[in-house]
Amino acid sequence: MGALLQIAGLTAGIDGREILTGIDLDVPAGEVHAVMGPNGSGKSTLSYVLAGREDYAVTGGSVRFGGADLLAMAPEERAAAGLFLAFQYPVELPGVGNANFLRTALNAIRRARGEPELDAVNFLKLARAETKRLSMPDDMLKRNVNVGFSGGEKKRNEVLQMALLRPRLAILDETDSGLDIDALKIVADGVNAQRGPEFAALVITHYQRLLDYIVPDRVHVLIGGRIVRSGGPELAHELEASGYAGLAEAA
Amino acid sequence: MNALAAGSQGFLARFEGLRDRLPGDPALRAAAAAAFRANGLPGPRDEAWKYTSLRPLAEASFHEPLVPLADCAALLARLPAIEAPRAVFVDGRFRADLSAAPPGVVLDHFAASPDFPGLARPQRDSLVALNTMLAEDGAIVTVPAGVDGGTLMLASLATDTPGRAVAFHPRHVIRLGAGARLTLIEVSVGEGSYLHNPVTEILIAEDAVLTHVRLQDEAARSFHLATLYAEIAARGTYDSFSLTLGARMARSEVHARLAGPGAATHLNAAQLLSGVQHADFTTVVRHDAPGCASRQTVKNVLAGRSRGVFQGRIEVARIAQKTDGYQMNQALLLSPDAEIDCKPELEIFADDVKCSHGATVGELDPAQIFYLRSRGVPEAQARAMLVRAFLESALDAVSHVQARAALDHAVTLWWERQAA
Ligand SMILES: Nc1ncnc2c1ncn2[C@@H]1O[C@H](COP(=O)(O)OP(=O)(O)O)[C@@H](O)[C@H]1O
Ligand SMILES: [Mg+2]
Repeated sequence: MGALLQIAGLTAGIDGREILTGIDLDVPAGEVHAVMGPNGSGKSTLSYVLAGREDYAVTGGSVRFGGADLLAMAPEERAAAGLFLAFQYPVELPGVGNANFLRTALNAIRRARGEPELDAVNFLKLARAETKRLSMPDDMLKRNVNVGFSGGEKKRNEVLQMALLRPRLAILDETDSGLDIDALKIVADGVNAQRGPEFAALVITHYQRLLDYIVPDRVHVLIGGRIVRSGGPELAHELEASGYAGLAEAA
Repeated sequence: MNALAAGSQGFLARFEGLRDRLPGDPALRAAAAAAFRANGLPGPRDEAWKYTSLRPLAEASFHEPLVPLADCAALLARLPAIEAPRAVFVDGRFRADLSAAPPGVVLDHFAASPDFPGLARPQRDSLVALNTMLAEDGAIVTVPAGVDGGTLMLASLATDTPGRAVAFHPRHVIRLGAGARLTLIEVSVGEGSYLHNPVTEILIAEDAVLTHVRLQDEAARSFHLATLYAEIAARGTYDSFSLTLGARMARSEVHARLAGPGAATHLNAAQLLSGVQHADFTTVVRHDAPGCASRQTVKNVLAGRSRGVFQGRIEVARIAQKTDGYQMNQALLLSPDAEIDCKPELEIFADDVKCSHGATVGELDPAQIFYLRSRGVPEAQARAMLVRAFLESALDAVSHVQARAALDHAVTLWWERQAA
């Protein structure tokens, strides 16, 4: 079988405007790939299209995930199949308790996979262990989802969800932005703890900094809605030194 | 003759047939009948009925209930599992065999001890005239001064007599002596097609607290038209929450009068409607003494082609200084064909008052739905969670644990009915 995620010739846009102009990208199981690019280059659009947000229209190309046609699946089916998106801007859910949200999500995915659901007691045990590992205060389980969370707390809450849902592919959309160095290390540890032959990640970032802690197998540069260059981890350092300007001309 | 006038004829005929056998003061009955004959069913010219038309009621015809020996086991099973004594009415008639009072509470019934405390206004409110004219039974609940009466469930069960829609007009009186307490959980369920037109008069003495939780889960083809009057003496509290789920047409009208200094009332409500349901929550809070507080959070969740109405009027008399009034009305439209009408009214004659009201109308947020779905939660469940979240701040006002659980359960069942 080929790579876990196979994107070929993907074009997509919104309101008739093309944002992704032809993405080709393979992420094999067990690997972490970084996607870097300037603001507005289409990184979040790529992550939303992969997660199935319906306001983006896919106009061409294909995406296979674990051999299946990802684009034919509903967002919840993609999640059940093991795809997870850590949102650049996590959504607030007033009136929904975080613990209830996490348990509902976990059990929905377990149900879809034919696994038994977790009861409240066992869920809380698991959730408390994970919050501790992520140095999150216990009361974050009691509060409403992302409501009144600081930027860093929201990002950690995304990583907590990833840790609980155990995806095969995690897409992290600028999970590092707005984090101080300690929070960054915690987030990186959370991702590194998942690493293994069954786990892959697409780490979208603006900065080389995160990639010092989550060392990628490959780095891709996204400009103008397509990947203009790919390389090893050293490419990130090169970009840090010289910026995207030269690449934009090459694109 | 127009439809509304024609609709009142059947009720007047019933009064003529019944008048000699009705319990209580015959002069009061006759006066109510005269008012109903003169005013008929409220119609479009009546400002208080601007958004709710009783034409469907007028076009239906109703019979008197049969002697209710009907087996109501299935309806009893639909009552929430709350550990509390019940006062049970079947088709409007008291069923002593199914009823009991909490310790310290006196439970009587209207047929045996007719009681018109005089809060109701049959001359002004036509449906109250109809009730006053035809009321045959109801709960008469008394909690003596200083007694904590615990919890009582007041259950109305409407049985189905196929082909024979019945009308019943219960008359309830709830009296709390000074410093008394009671939680009254009122549940209305039924089957088939019927009119349930209760009038409830509530008298709360100094320092007494009545917590009133209402769950209206009537049959889909029924009419539920309830009018309630509460008078609250100094430092007393009338704390109410109404959940409306059932009936093709429902109106719950509440007149609360804060009669003594430091009295308080909460008239909270949620209405969950679908199909072609119409439900109207209309309140009039009268601040007649200084330092009283009234609070209202009213939420409508409207699916299908349903229509929700909230009319909230706050009247502040000249002597009612330091009045604290708050009203919030929020609607969630789950379909483009659903509709909400909202009319807040403030009438303030005192100068040192704090009154605020707000209203919002919205839809479910696609970004929130997507966030939940991206976590594996199926779309229908995601929508249900967000509706529940919307209701949360209204339901949170219900602190009685079992009542709250019963409401949560009823909302869940409602949602399952929508999904089915
Ligand atoms: N929902 C949207 N509606 C309109 N334009 C959008 C929307 N989402 C993204 N865009 C546009 O698409 C381009 C790419 O945006 P985005 O994918 O967010 O880039 P990045 O994440 O790389 O900063 C930008 O020009 C942005 O304005
Ligand atoms: Mg972005």
